[in-house]
Amino acid sequence: MSALRKYLDRIKPHFEPGGKYQKFNSAFDAFESFLYTPRTRSAVATAAQIHDSMDSKRAMIIVVLALMPCFFFGMYNTGYQHWLANGATDFPFWQLMAYGFLTVLPRVAVAYIVGLGIEFIVAQWRHEEVQEGFLVTGILVPMICPPEVSLWMLALAVAFSVIFVKEVFGGTGYNVLNVALVSRAFLFFAYPAQMSGDKVWVATSSAFGTAAPVADGFSCATPLGQIATAAGAPDVITGVNGTAVTAWDAFLGLIPGSFGETSTLCIIIGAIILLAAGIANWRIIVSVFAGGLLMGWIANVFASPLYPASYIPAVDQLLYGGFAFAAVFMATDPVTACRTTAGKWVYGFLIGVIAIIIRTYNTGYPEGAMLAVLLMNCFAPLIDWCVVQANIRHRLNRIAQ
Amino acid sequence: MKLHLSKGLNLRLAGAIGNNAATIGTPVTTVAICPDDFPGFTPKPAVRENDKVETGTPLLYDKYNPTLCLVSPVAGTVKAVVRGERRKILRVVVEADGTPAAVKFDAGAGSADAVGELLARSGMMALIRRRPYDIVAFPTDTVRDIFVTALDTAPLAYPMDRLPGVADADILAKAVKALKTFTKGDVYISRATGSSIPDIEGAVMVDVDGPHPAGNAGIQAANIKPVNKGETIWCLDVVTLWRIGRLLATGNVDATSIVAVTGPEVTDPVLVRTVVGAPVASLVKGRLADDGRHKRIISGNVLTGTAVGDGADAYLRYPYRQITVIAEGDDVNEFMGWASLNPSKMSTRPSFPGRFLRKLFRPDARLNGGRRSMIMSGEYDRMIPMDILPEYLIKAIMARDIEKMEQLGIYEVAPEDFALAEYADTSKLPLQQIVRDGLDYLRKENE
Repeated sequence: MSALRKYLDRIKPHFEPGGKYQKFNSAFDAFESFLYTPRTRSAVATAAQIHDSMDSKRAMIIVVLALMPCFFFGMYNTGYQHWLANGATDFPFWQLMAYGFLTVLPRVAVAYIVGLGIEFIVAQWRHEEVQEGFLVTGILVPMICPPEVSLWMLALAVAFSVIFVKEVFGGTGYNVLNVALVSRAFLFFAYPAQMSGDKVWVATSSAFGTAAPVADGFSCATPLGQIATAAGAPDVITGVNGTAVTAWDAFLGLIPGSFGETSTLCIIIGAIILLAAGIANWRIIVSVFAGGLLMGWIANVFASPLYPASYIPAVDQLLYGGFAFAAVFMATDPVTACRTTAGKWVYGFLIGVIAIIIRTYNTGYPEGAMLAVLLMNCFAPLIDWCVVQANIRHRLNRIAQ
Repeated sequence: MKLHLSKGLNLRLAGAIGNNAATIGTPVTTVAICPDDFPGFTPKPAVRENDKVETGTPLLYDKYNPTLCLVSPVAGTVKAVVRGERRKILRVVVEADGTPAAVKFDAGAGSADAVGELLARSGMMALIRRRPYDIVAFPTDTVRDIFVTALDTAPLAYPMDRLPGVADADILAKAVKALKTFTKGDVYISRATGSSIPDIEGAVMVDVDGPHPAGNAGIQAANIKPVNKGETIWCLDVVTLWRIGRLLATGNVDATSIVAVTGPEVTDPVLVRTVVGAPVASLVKGRLADDGRHKRIISGNVLTGTAVGDGADAYLRYPYRQITVIAEGDDVNEFMGWASLNPSKMSTRPSFPGRFLRKLFRPDARLNGGRRSMIMSGEYDRMIPMDILPEYLIKAIMARDIEKMEQLGIYEVAPEDFALAEYADTSKLPLQQIVRDGLDYLRKENE
């Protein structure tokens, strides 16, 4: 360890102003501060002289850790769906995992290389430290896309959202919209044929030869996709091999869908990690589920053949699609959510309500969680504004008395 | 009157002074007064080098309120008026000659003007802070209420009411009576539950309980009767109140100061009897832990104090009550510190196991991260027991939006109220400096 420290100390002068690699100062600093807690960054003479051990690196890494159960489950499920599509009855665990891993690896690599590349360049350009926000975004994006999304599309979407949603607003902490979700929305609207329908939700390639490819012409929509296209009340939702999908399958996550968001169980584990570590706000998570339950219940009470998704029981609504994932990992993004305590309740509740409204009453979109979060991202400042105004009025009333 | 505050946090640091600690005296050879400790005070020198001064002789006066003075805490000779860039006065150094010579003030006067002049000329008024703006009090202020705090909840602070002599009902009542001449409102004295401060005649006693920053007079004011636009309140601590009482009782300035020398890098935390502005070296000499670590010597507590070192130009700074010594941390190589589960790391966050241990911490001065924009929400709010929205106020200050600052309650706050939030901030923003800059900016625009 001290050899590494000595090595860093030796090459450091080259990266400082005047050194031959001064153009890579931010990049060097990012790696150095990743490896060693900076000793030169200490409190100034007239300020708080001690600081909490928490920093944004740790906050971001905890979110990535909380995503890991979903990520590993996504690897398994990608393989599982592929094996199902090939008509297998035997599911060798490690082969399934290897298949899923090799399917997602290029996507994760592309997302990180493109996104972090842009972050490093912008940081150097602004002479700032590299910010850690993309550590989370880079893993989120492949998790909320179909398992075999094209690499070039992914690269384009990540570049678009990092540049136009984050960097032009000033970087991490200033973005209005959730960067990962904008990547997803970009793909959804720019390449609808490759991002929705019944052909994209099961990985069909051989994933570097780890499995036999699925025959051309194979199709299986997600449960919500099947419901949205069903005429009248939906019959039974079927999985890849034609058997019925139960709410229990949806809870465990063994259904076709985006890579990392099918398993409600793993999402709950992630939520526990986030809440135990004090990173996510429990008010938002609770209120999203409350809103979803209420709207799901209302839709179910007034179920109509015109809107097939209204036949789904309220509790099941929370298990399908990206609802739970959005509630735990998207709505809780502190930068784009409401910042006031009262605002958080309203914000979360409306996300839940709107996600179910879109899902139920707009049959063109089988899933509404992404759009609901993005919409509420836009309204979060307005909700906060109302709360802030209340505080201001409170203060003015004091004078009036 | 009772006041219960639930927001905030008591930091568990090693190096506290035990109850009823003995007080050690230390001889004083030089003292210094630093005008930087008195925001709002525009210093003009009242003495020249080699002038003879007595205890209570004005060393500096305010350019705009010439009666407002900073006085010499000892009798002796002015050694230097030290100036920095652009001839700014950094400090006035007085060499003590050991004689008890002292200016005799006429403490008998009863009219508001006379009391105002007495407190201003004797340097007492400069020890009082006024809100809005958190600047020194002026004798011309129209004061709504006066808030005196008799509890210091800051990390490792020694309870003010246990300082020898301070809990003297007669002396404090005299001072309260004098302060009452400045206000039609009340003088509130807040004390910890079970404090040795008795009920003081003429004052409203407030029993406060809650974690830091419950001891800040401004925090108490915000929860008792907040400052509105156009109003002025004064905030002081009970030691200053006691000094005013001593002045009224004896006619002399009592510049004695009992300083708590504390902190994880102090071998035996003690109370030291010295005077205002004493050299830091005399206070910490022989008491620093011999563990080879670089030390950061702070005049004040770890949240609001000033790092002064123990060099020849390091003197005890306002409010003259505490020295804290921590490790500097520039000699530590911590590999991937952000991932550490080491129980000795101090944090308010549950991802650090140390948070759940009943142990005392020995933090150093590192930021433990890099400065970022505001990311996590609600962090400041948990640390500030006031009816304000700290994140929005900070943003309004950064944007220099005067209307928003006023609406969001900048008149109610002082930098010290944000100290704990600055400690806990994941983004490591310099909140106290931001608030100070905002207050100074607003005052410049309003006056």
